[in-house]
Amino acid sequence: MPNAAIEIQNLSKDYPFGFLHLRKRRSLENLTMQVQAGDVFGFLGPNGAGKSTTIKLLMRLIFPTSGTARILGKPIEDVSMHQDIGYLPEQPYFYDYLTAAELLNYFARFHGLRESDRRARVERMLKKVGLDTAKKIQLRKYSKGMLQRAGLAQAILHDPQVVVLDEPMSGLDPLGRREVRDIILELKKEGRTVLFSTHILSDAEMLCDRVGVIVGGKLRGVGTPGEMVGIQTQGMEILFELDGSAKKPALLEKATKTGERYRVQLPEAELYNALDQLKEAGARILSVAQIKPTLEEFFMNLVDADRAQANAVEVSGR
Amino acid sequence: MRNVWVVTTNTFREAVRDRVLYNLVFFALLMMGAAILVGQISIGIEESVIVSLGLSAISVIGIFIAVFIGVGLVSKEMEKRTLYALLAKPVQRWEFLLGKFGGLVMTLTVNTTAMAVGLYVALWTVKHPLEHSDWYLLVAVYLILLKLALIVALAMLFSCFTTPFLAILFTLGLYVAGLFAEDLRTMQAISLTPETMKLFRGISYLLPNFENFNVMGVVAHGRSVPATLVWQDTSYAILYAAIVLAGAAMIFSRRNLK
Repeated sequence: MPNAAIEIQNLSKDYPFGFLHLRKRRSLENLTMQVQAGDVFGFLGPNGAGKSTTIKLLMRLIFPTSGTARILGKPIEDVSMHQDIGYLPEQPYFYDYLTAAELLNYFARFHGLRESDRRARVERMLKKVGLDTAKKIQLRKYSKGMLQRAGLAQAILHDPQVVVLDEPMSGLDPLGRREVRDIILELKKEGRTVLFSTHILSDAEMLCDRVGVIVGGKLRGVGTPGEMVGIQTQGMEILFELDGSAKKPALLEKATKTGERYRVQLPEAELYNALDQLKEAGARILSVAQIKPTLEEFFMNLVDADRAQANAVEVSGR
Repeated sequence: MRNVWVVTTNTFREAVRDRVLYNLVFFALLMMGAAILVGQISIGIEESVIVSLGLSAISVIGIFIAVFIGVGLVSKEMEKRTLYALLAKPVQRWEFLLGKFGGLVMTLTVNTTAMAVGLYVALWTVKHPLEHSDWYLLVAVYLILLKLALIVALAMLFSCFTTPFLAILFTLGLYVAGLFAEDLRTMQAISLTPETMKLFRGISYLLPNFENFNVMGVVAHGRSVPATLVWQDTSYAILYAAIVLAGAAMIFSRRNLK
């Protein structure tokens, strides 16, 4: 069994609110999960679901109300752990008086890298994220997408074993998104562990070994994208063409026509009967496929179920 | 201490690039104007007028920078979230805090040194050559710098647990109260009970005694500052700032960021 790079045990976070901060709102509830070493793990959830809270807890930007977490076997309170961790905050903002090269050089100094090594790494990273031509421009003149790239560069500058990215595709154009996807895949190929949060589900489906879905501060499911959505098929779909002179099969009433092609969806039990009808009518069958819910549908079902439930979880002071 | 130094140098760079040192232009103009004006209107006391004006300007400009930028050192980083990526590096929160403190003290040192040079130039224009007693000015400038470092520490402490606006109010309030710490200690009010007197005395020892650092009147008249006072003030400022920064670090190390 592979080692867990990130282990989270019963992690909860309450935020105080109200005039005297006596009331508390639970933003994360008893989160327990693991991210295996070498995996790309997608953390999915709508806005306010608790994704960023979890990541901030792991990065010790906020402190848990209860529970523990370990990264690479070390408790998150251990600052030395950050030597092997890269982090991209959500909507990153950096010292705008620095250039991208200066920013990366500044961050590299905390990792104790020698100047010549730092210079080489900074050059390499800027090239990797496509900022090598803008490296001498102050960050205050950068677009949102360029800041995101600079953020990504600082996160992977020191060759971390674990990379945590909070909404890495946010603010990027399609080209930028593809570049980030390529970088994530490259990190995976190098054996690094990547945890990233997103609500762009197609990215998660494309990149992740495993995903975790969090809604309303509670983890609703963890597994491979296939496991998450492919528990049961929703029926079958047949795509076929029919010669104009042929006998019209009965199931044509249920079919939808696009150009010369017909598409019909039916329960799995009716498949063979339908195929017989089409064979009799002399139809040309183009494809027969299972209908599975997409990750998006799975996700939306969870969100809808959560919204239908009680309002925000309030643990005290009501 | 490597991390502290990295943050310190970056904070200094920030101050330079954000044009904090532009105040020196204002100071230079003030000193030039004073030197010209004083030469015409004050006969025999040009030197003490220039020294008093120069040291006051160094102190006021320094306090302005120490309070307003000192409060922003931590709060601005939290508000703009520039701190997020930094704290995900192998950096302790106290190292960040100490580095920011060091960076602003470094800025104030450069600023105050440049202003001191400007003051000497102004002094030289009204009387030359300079005399031995004129070098006592450097002691006054040094004590102003100690005072500013203490103010920066206080501004950082307050900004660790309250809003920037309140932190500015608290810092300025404590500065003004600290100017009267000595008076509070020696107050002999008839209407006060012995218990109240004790309370006031206790408070006076807790307040930062900023009047300790004021030797303007002494050096403006060409008198020397006792070495013991310089040592006492140095030790006092270091100890007081260390306690304040330790408090700030304790609060900041438990603070949840937005």
